[in-house]
Amino acid sequence: MTQPPNPGSASSDEQEEDAGAQAGEERLSEPVVRTGMFGTHTTGDTSGYGGLMVRQQPLPSSARPYGSYFDEVADALGSALEASGLNFGTAVERVVVANGELTLHVRRDYLVEVCRRLRDDPHLAFQLCLGVGGVHYPKFAGSELHAVYHLLSITHNRRLRLEVSAPDADPHIPSVTAVYPTCDWHERETWDFFGIIFDGHPALTRIEMPDDWKGHPQRKDYPLGGIPVEYRGATVPPPDERRSYE
Amino acid sequence: MTSTTEGRVYNVGGQDWDEVIAAADDLRDEGSDERLIVNMGPQHPSTHGVLRLVLTLDGETVTEIRPVIGYLHTGIEKNMEFRTWTQGVTFCTRMDYLSPLFNETAYCLAVEKLLGITDQVPVRASVLRVLMMELNRISSHLMAVGTFGMELGATTVFLYGLREREKVLDLFELISGLRMNHAYIRPGGVAQDLPPGAIEKLRDFLAIMPGQLDELRKLLDVNPIYLRRTRDVAYLDLAGCMSLGITGPILRSAGLPWDLRKSQPYCGYETYDFDICTQDGADVYARYLVRMDEIDQSLRIIEQCTDRLAAKRPVHDPVMIGNAKIGWPAQLAVGPDGMGNSADHIAHIMSQSMEALIHHFKLVTEGFRVPAGQVYASVESPRGELGCHAVSDGGTRPHRVHFRDPSFTNLQSVSAMCEGGLVADVIAAVASIDPVMGGVDR
Repeated sequence: MTQPPNPGSASSDEQEEDAGAQAGEERLSEPVVRTGMFGTHTTGDTSGYGGLMVRQQPLPSSARPYGSYFDEVADALGSALEASGLNFGTAVERVVVANGELTLHVRRDYLVEVCRRLRDDPHLAFQLCLGVGGVHYPKFAGSELHAVYHLLSITHNRRLRLEVSAPDADPHIPSVTAVYPTCDWHERETWDFFGIIFDGHPALTRIEMPDDWKGHPQRKDYPLGGIPVEYRGATVPPPDERRSYE
Repeated sequence: MTSTTEGRVYNVGGQDWDEVIAAADDLRDEGSDERLIVNMGPQHPSTHGVLRLVLTLDGETVTEIRPVIGYLHTGIEKNMEFRTWTQGVTFCTRMDYLSPLFNETAYCLAVEKLLGITDQVPVRASVLRVLMMELNRISSHLMAVGTFGMELGATTVFLYGLREREKVLDLFELISGLRMNHAYIRPGGVAQDLPPGAIEKLRDFLAIMPGQLDELRKLLDVNPIYLRRTRDVAYLDLAGCMSLGITGPILRSAGLPWDLRKSQPYCGYETYDFDICTQDGADVYARYLVRMDEIDQSLRIIEQCTDRLAAKRPVHDPVMIGNAKIGWPAQLAVGPDGMGNSADHIAHIMSQSMEALIHHFKLVTEGFRVPAGQVYASVESPRGELGCHAVSDGGTRPHRVHFRDPSFTNLQSVSAMCEGGLVADVIAAVASIDPVMGGVDR
């Protein structure tokens, strides 16, 4: 600049700068209406089907007649339970007939008594228990953990499924090892994989995972992979982080 | 010898057994009630896999036996929840690696039941399933009898058993392309039809096998050493079997003619002629006899399957369900880069039918949806009832698949069979249960 400095212009410059800064601050205080230049920030769905909402189905429950041999089994179990002062409706909360199979949803307090009657009553005679398996339903509030028992009657050539549920907060189900000793290892496995505590089991310890394992791997909130391995500090990355070629 | 808080520990590395004997003698002389605890396995040639047995001994008598498992746990059930329903076959075939086709069938029957398409599976696919399962039963029983011989010290039996098993594996290779872990049986049918020349190979196999089996039986059936090692050893009667949930040859050796192929037929087993083999010895020898007899019955079934497959075919005789939304392409052919979709199929989807291309693409990338619900399907595997409990939440992947593996349940009986017996009989007992650790641990 060749022009000599004007003593009065300094203050007007400052004023202009002040006005500019003020305008900038005002601009910055406005809410953000858009970020970035490209790409989609929503679901990218242009069909409209992305807005489709499907409600959870009500829990299935079958009404009589159940068909096949299922009515006979339910009747026989009802009268067998009455002999021990129990009501069928008290012990069994739901009956489901689907895919040609009968499922009795048994309240956990009555599980052992129901199993004993199923095994000992000559009209039922479910001698063989095919073990216990767990299922984790994180969306069923209050009954997240299910234990599923498959029974087989060799006398009558019939099958039956018992399903017992327990909330995540109180994962206790009575052990049926006193009635069906075969459930010993199956209950240990279900404890190992789902964290269901089978009260009354003679030695409920881990069976498949190492004794000092943390967590119960078959639960839905347990990741597949990404767990440190007990071998020289190795780690197996989770599937979505494998095979990165960057 | 080292001292620990739990007692004295001897590491036996060979040629040093005298040291342990001397220590045991000292203890007896002292009147101590300490017992010898022997850790057998998980890497022991006679434990039939990575099975660990903790034996408490009083002299040569086993007072307590605790099986420890889990060394082969690979999370197959967990992995299956992260793959489509069809891909699940590739996982579950690896569970019980000596009877892969039974694993596949149990799983596929469960998926088909959930889909409600059990009746729509083509007849030829069912015949092929039965054929492959019975071949597999033979190979599995031959392995059981062979390793059994080896574990008792008869290596000839082992070599003979594996030699015959090889013939079955050759047939598997011819029909499915693989000797193990076939993924041959898929929801809706099987992966591909019989290749040319398979019928002749099956006929050759049927002609040669009875003689080979006789050879094997001559080594064992009335062998006095074998009889003394197996008769009245590891006795487990019917009541014991029932309470411990034992199925398969062990149950039939206790005299109960229970076989799911007869009592609750699947894959059309009701249309074949065969007998249930039983014995009443309830001991190791009876289990051996049941297995050998079952091989003969399997040969009978294979013969009937071969006749049906060789019969004049109708024009339309598929091996995969017709429903294009479920049936994977089953028209495979060997191309220059190995087995793959046939040229006809590629031409069809690429230049003839848009719908076929869409179905192919959707099936392979997304998979098919299975209605929500749960089912249990079971088959009679060489070791007993193999059950598959499948739960669907309505999606393209299983919500949960649980396998009731017979090895897992049967192995529980090892304590009931062995406690009170001799150490040497533990080997015979475990071999007679024939557990496959891949199935036990999954």
